[in-house]
Amino acid sequence: MSVLLAIGIQSAAACATTKFDMSTTAPNPDPRVGLRAGWFDAGQAAWNIRLVSTTPPSEQFINRSAPGDFQFINSDLAFVGPYVIQGNFSGLQVWDVSNPKHPRLHRAFVCPGSQSDVSVYRNLLFVSGEALNGRTDCGTQGVPDTVSHERLRGIRIFDITDIANPRHITDVQTCRGSHTHTVVTSPSDTANVYIYVSGSAPVRSPNELAGCSTAAPEVDPNSSLFRIEVIQVPLAHPEQARIVSSPRIFQDLAAPATHGEAPEDIAAAAKAVADARAAGGFVATINGRDRVMPPQFIGPRLDSIVKARGGSGAPTAADSAALRAALQNIVDRFIAAQRAGRPDLHRGPTQCHDITVYPAIGLAGGACAGYGFLLDIRDVAHPQRIAAVADSNFSFWHSATFDNDGTKILFTDEWGGGLQPRCRVTDKREWGADAIFTRSDSTLTFQSYYKLPAPQTPNENCVAHNGTLIPVPGRDIMAQGWYQGGVSVFDWTDAAHPREIAFFDRGPMDSTKLLGAGSWSAYWYNGYIISSEIARGLDIFELQPSGFLSQNEIDAAKLIHFDYFNAQDQPKLVWPASFVVGRAYLDQLERSHGLASQQIAALRDGLARAERLSGQARRDALNQLASQLPAEGSGAAPSGGVDGRAGGDAAADVKIRALASVLRDLAAAP
Amino acid sequence: MATLLAVLGTWACAAGGSRPVAPAPAPASYTAADVHFVAGMIGHHAQAIEMAGWAPTHDASPSVRALCERIVVAQRDEIAFAQRWLREHHEFVPPADPRGHVMPGMDHPTLMPGMLTPEQMAQLDAARGREFDRLFLTFMIQHHQGAITMVEQLLATPGAAQEGPIFRFAADVNADQSTEIERMTRMLTALGSGPTSP
Repeated sequence: MSVLLAIGIQSAAACATTKFDMSTTAPNPDPRVGLRAGWFDAGQAAWNIRLVSTTPPSEQFINRSAPGDFQFINSDLAFVGPYVIQGNFSGLQVWDVSNPKHPRLHRAFVCPGSQSDVSVYRNLLFVSGEALNGRTDCGTQGVPDTVSHERLRGIRIFDITDIANPRHITDVQTCRGSHTHTVVTSPSDTANVYIYVSGSAPVRSPNELAGCSTAAPEVDPNSSLFRIEVIQVPLAHPEQARIVSSPRIFQDLAAPATHGEAPEDIAAAAKAVADARAAGGFVATINGRDRVMPPQFIGPRLDSIVKARGGSGAPTAADSAALRAALQNIVDRFIAAQRAGRPDLHRGPTQCHDITVYPAIGLAGGACAGYGFLLDIRDVAHPQRIAAVADSNFSFWHSATFDNDGTKILFTDEWGGGLQPRCRVTDKREWGADAIFTRSDSTLTFQSYYKLPAPQTPNENCVAHNGTLIPVPGRDIMAQGWYQGGVSVFDWTDAAHPREIAFFDRGPMDSTKLLGAGSWSAYWYNGYIISSEIARGLDIFELQPSGFLSQNEIDAAKLIHFDYFNAQDQPKLVWPASFVVGRAYLDQLERSHGLASQQIAALRDGLARAERLSGQARRDALNQLASQLPAEGSGAAPSGGVDGRAGGDAAADVKIRALASVLRDLAAAP
Repeated sequence: MATLLAVLGTWACAAGGSRPVAPAPAPASYTAADVHFVAGMIGHHAQAIEMAGWAPTHDASPSVRALCERIVVAQRDEIAFAQRWLREHHEFVPPADPRGHVMPGMDHPTLMPGMLTPEQMAQLDAARGREFDRLFLTFMIQHHQGAITMVEQLLATPGAAQEGPIFRFAADVNADQSTEIERMTRMLTALGSGPTSP
């Protein structure tokens, strides 16, 4: 068993060693268990990740005599240039992270109104307001009146041309306020940027905002429930931002296939169906599942068949056969009639919690209360639902992340709303977790759950929360905040077997009671993982090479540079032609035994030689190297790799193709 | 109308410290309506826990049992939140009595919106198997609707839910329970087209 050198307990300085933990076994016992409680002096555990800096909230955003003060909860992050914009229930803070070791406060902007979900586009800053105390003038006195035109619930829009002095442009008020929002860019409409508003709070009074209505859609077609809002922001005239549509993306939601409706249920139902079939019982399909129809349903219908042929007494075998042949039609009609009298069954959930758009592929993942949605957003102002999934283990669908190919989607379940301790040993692994689906066109297929592997104390709020992809080419790796569960970095390339590859955690804020704290969101931005710590400020991390991730892979990830970044507006990752990307693929082929070790060594040598050359000589060397790559299907991948996944020739082929493409692109580079 | 009862205890401490106080947002305040909402939710949730706790002994289906298990965990945690909030604000902390909301000086607990009457509780307790599932889902939808009514009443009260934790608690109850109502409605419908009802 190897010695775990990179576990930095108590101090990040312990990590200033050049030795890394190259083992492929997670530390055991898990160092996240039993960490000392504290606010700024809590115990820390880190594995394959280094805390570069931790910066407490600025003086206007902390109450030092009340740890965990709810007014000063740090919320979500947006990024522009060297700046991190950190939302807070009392406003926002702008950090200059040009030097990640020493983030500098650039501006603390007091403007209460939770949750202050933030995003940016060019010179514009958008901030969500949901709570009742938010004011249009950003005042701190709250809004005690139940109806007031001073209340802000919706989207605040600022000009941040001078980011030290955000200039208020306008507000777009919405009926349910804005819990979160998503900036959406349209490849075909460059004059505008759009905002999808998700509001999960109760609807406000029509006297406060005209048109707001809590009536059912059958009663009031303009009901504020069962819809999202789309705001259009004209870039030349952001002051004219307005709601342009309120798509009813929940309409006519048939009961979707429900994964894992308790495994015992499924097994019992399957057995009952098989038994019934064997015994000549009556089976019909309801909501895609075979069910045994009970005697109470069958009896009267058999009787009416007897009656219809003018007979009497017990039904004959022919009567039973007649009913069996007609049964599915009868059941379908019965259910349709039952549903017709139940408009509530057609409405679906009343809101989304969050929507992640991926404009490059024209899709969005909607995390909408009891459902996960796939939306077609090619017509940005009119998103259409094209798929819906539900899961009996999922309580509240909270957010979504696509893989870079768009062939997978990960949804989170924020069971308990984020203020509850849902990572205790007693909390099930499937509850409050991530659910990973594969996507084929508009079909989503459940693959697995991922939950923070280390149990947390009852004094730590913990559940799946916000994260983003780490741009390692050829793999799907994600950083995710789990509130006081800390930051977990995991690989979900194999959708059925996600696995943690790095983590950082602190002990609870308090050893006697639950105080809200922890990582609200952990996002990769230009080489670092930046985490918004609810109570402790801003944490910046750097990945360290390990048995799960090589320095070349980390360096390749660092090639991806964003001018600005909003986690819910997912950009397509495209790596520049680079030697380090080629080396990253070679490392992956080595790890998965996708190529024989002699081939790996020869390719590495060849790559190093080519890099030392220039001009035509380099081009020739690279082309020659590309031509030496094994043909498809010849990858030496006889068995599972070190990470225990099925090695598979197909996966090796994909990487070899990617490597060949890197070599040719490098050869074609001027 | 809004009675300002007290400011957050923690803020009173902040003013007395030697460190210069930053120009931070004004202290949050709470009202009698907030206290009533938080205290009332304790008995309300306690009844849900008692109802859900019957699932294993009343032969509920596995899917109803899974739902019940989650309701027990969720509402127990929320009761703990409510009791702690009241304690920290030096308000009366009612016991988690499934019969209803216990107010100081009153002999009998009062039913909060959506809570089951003793007769309804007895009816549920007497049911087994599929009939338990049907009654449980019917009554728990009613129970959850009541919690949403409590949220609506709170937000319609001047000065209420200005304090962050109260608004968050109310908004979470609203979002979680309306989501669960939708789920239970579909479970109930599936049950309706199954063995007992037609």
